[in-house]
Amino acid sequence: MATSPLFIHLDQMFIILRDWLVGFLPAALRPAAGVVLGVIAIVCVFPGLFALTTVFERKGLGRIQNRLGPNRVGPYGLFQPIADGIKSLTKEDIVPLSANAVVHFFAPLVLVVTVFMGFAVLPMGRNMVLVDMDAGLLFFFAMGAATELSVFMAGWSSRNKYSLLGAMRAVAQMISYEVVLLLSSVAVVMITGSLSLPKIVAAQNTYTGIFPHWYIFTPWGLAGFVMYAIAATAETNRSPFDLPEGESELVAGYHTEYSGFKFALFFLGEYLAMFSISGLGTTLFLGGWSAPFSFLTFIPSWIWFFSKVMLSIFVFIWMRGTLPRLRQDQLMNFAWKFCLPFTLLDLIVTALWRFMGEGWLRWVVSTAILAAAYVVMGRAGMRSEHFGPRRYRYAE
Amino acid sequence: MNVVFYLLAALTIGGGLAAVLLKHLVHCALATTVAFAGLAMLFLQLDAQFAGFAQILVYIGAVAILIVFAILLTRGSELPKDGVFSRSWFVGLAIAAGVFAVLAWAVLQSVRAVPQQMAVPAVSVRDIGNALVGRYVLPLEIVALLLTAATIGAVIVAMHEKERPKS
Repeated sequence: MATSPLFIHLDQMFIILRDWLVGFLPAALRPAAGVVLGVIAIVCVFPGLFALTTVFERKGLGRIQNRLGPNRVGPYGLFQPIADGIKSLTKEDIVPLSANAVVHFFAPLVLVVTVFMGFAVLPMGRNMVLVDMDAGLLFFFAMGAATELSVFMAGWSSRNKYSLLGAMRAVAQMISYEVVLLLSSVAVVMITGSLSLPKIVAAQNTYTGIFPHWYIFTPWGLAGFVMYAIAATAETNRSPFDLPEGESELVAGYHTEYSGFKFALFFLGEYLAMFSISGLGTTLFLGGWSAPFSFLTFIPSWIWFFSKVMLSIFVFIWMRGTLPRLRQDQLMNFAWKFCLPFTLLDLIVTALWRFMGEGWLRWVVSTAILAAAYVVMGRAGMRSEHFGPRRYRYAE
Repeated sequence: MNVVFYLLAALTIGGGLAAVLLKHLVHCALATTVAFAGLAMLFLQLDAQFAGFAQILVYIGAVAILIVFAILLTRGSELPKDGVFSRSWFVGLAIAAGVFAVLAWAVLQSVRAVPQQMAVPAVSVRDIGNALVGRYVLPLEIVALLLTAATIGAVIVAMHEKERPKS
């Protein structure tokens, strides 16, 4: 079934379209034109997805909070992003008098450009990767590191104490959780033996019976995925880690002094970072574009990739609607005293898994080590924090 | 040598010059970042992916942020009244010129010592990894030990001193 001509045409639809379009050009220009078309596709698809996600998020949050959400613009409020876009384009662009104009101008640009670069190495379907780099994972994290600087630039150049505080919080948080993010993906690299993302997907795209060999279905993979998901939430400043822009504490953090289209760029950058980091998580742990069961491989690969990304986005929205915000010291303690040691232990378990060979023994050993560490570290951490039932004096 | 090389070289040197000549410390730090980015792209242009990405990850992601944090925490972001330029700038210039001369001499010598290789060596990330944990494992471990010691030292320096109970 997976080799029928119809399936191949559906699966490789975008590649065939690109080759057909490029075919009109002289042979010397073809490789460059192919890359340009790929870039255009990324620059169109993900902001489109961003527009849809804003409606989805506002309606989802509305439902969680027992209200309707936007429902006035278009059917079911679906044209809300267009209204929002026109509004942010026509709003006045206010730059504070004391702001550092050049840095203030460049901050949103640096953010959006570096976030877009991350998409270049994500395999979004079979053969659908813009640049198949030998060190793709490293490239992704290098681009992620560059976004921290743009957040700092925005907060510092605004000359506003809320902005500066928000930027300092954001940078401290991003640096702390970036360590966890990197180390949790190192486990995948250790097993696959490659930093190239298409190779990591190919390593997971095999089946035992009907079940796939995704890394999340192994003990070390599950632990790594949980750590990755926590770090990814913190890295994108999403609730419950949204301290840098906590509107009730810091007005809006580092983008307080941005208005109009520059603010929209920050908003876009934040959502694009969510897409790219979900895409990377999908690639590393959830099998990328491979189907969840062997009898579902007739559905084109890119549908699977985007379904998994949108599922992760849904989980992001769900968490935002249900979890309260952490305190700054809790955030730091959690990163350095729980996540980091647990991720390091996960690396050791991964090495054990790699060298214990096939068999049921490695399942038992790695599960036992990880579960015991989780329980012991969790208990110890809770005890040192003196958590317990909270007593409210005024209610007695 | 092509157009891309000259563009990147101009970007790197421009960033470096701006880092020295600008008056505001945070601007200097950001200009250093531009120079780092230019260097990283030069590495990429030479097909050294690992070195290029490591340059971005370490220098832009960590070193630049560290510099900026240090400036802000020490209140150095305010402009001093008597300007930021040191009066003994010619000494710095002489030292920089000396270092540049030694490096240039070494580079020019290396061309003579190692005959020109026509074939571009293909070094993958895998080769670098194997070399790091194979042949160069001892230097790697020494660097790791040094970094750990530095981290522990920093924590000890930053730790609050516990008040001793009065005897």
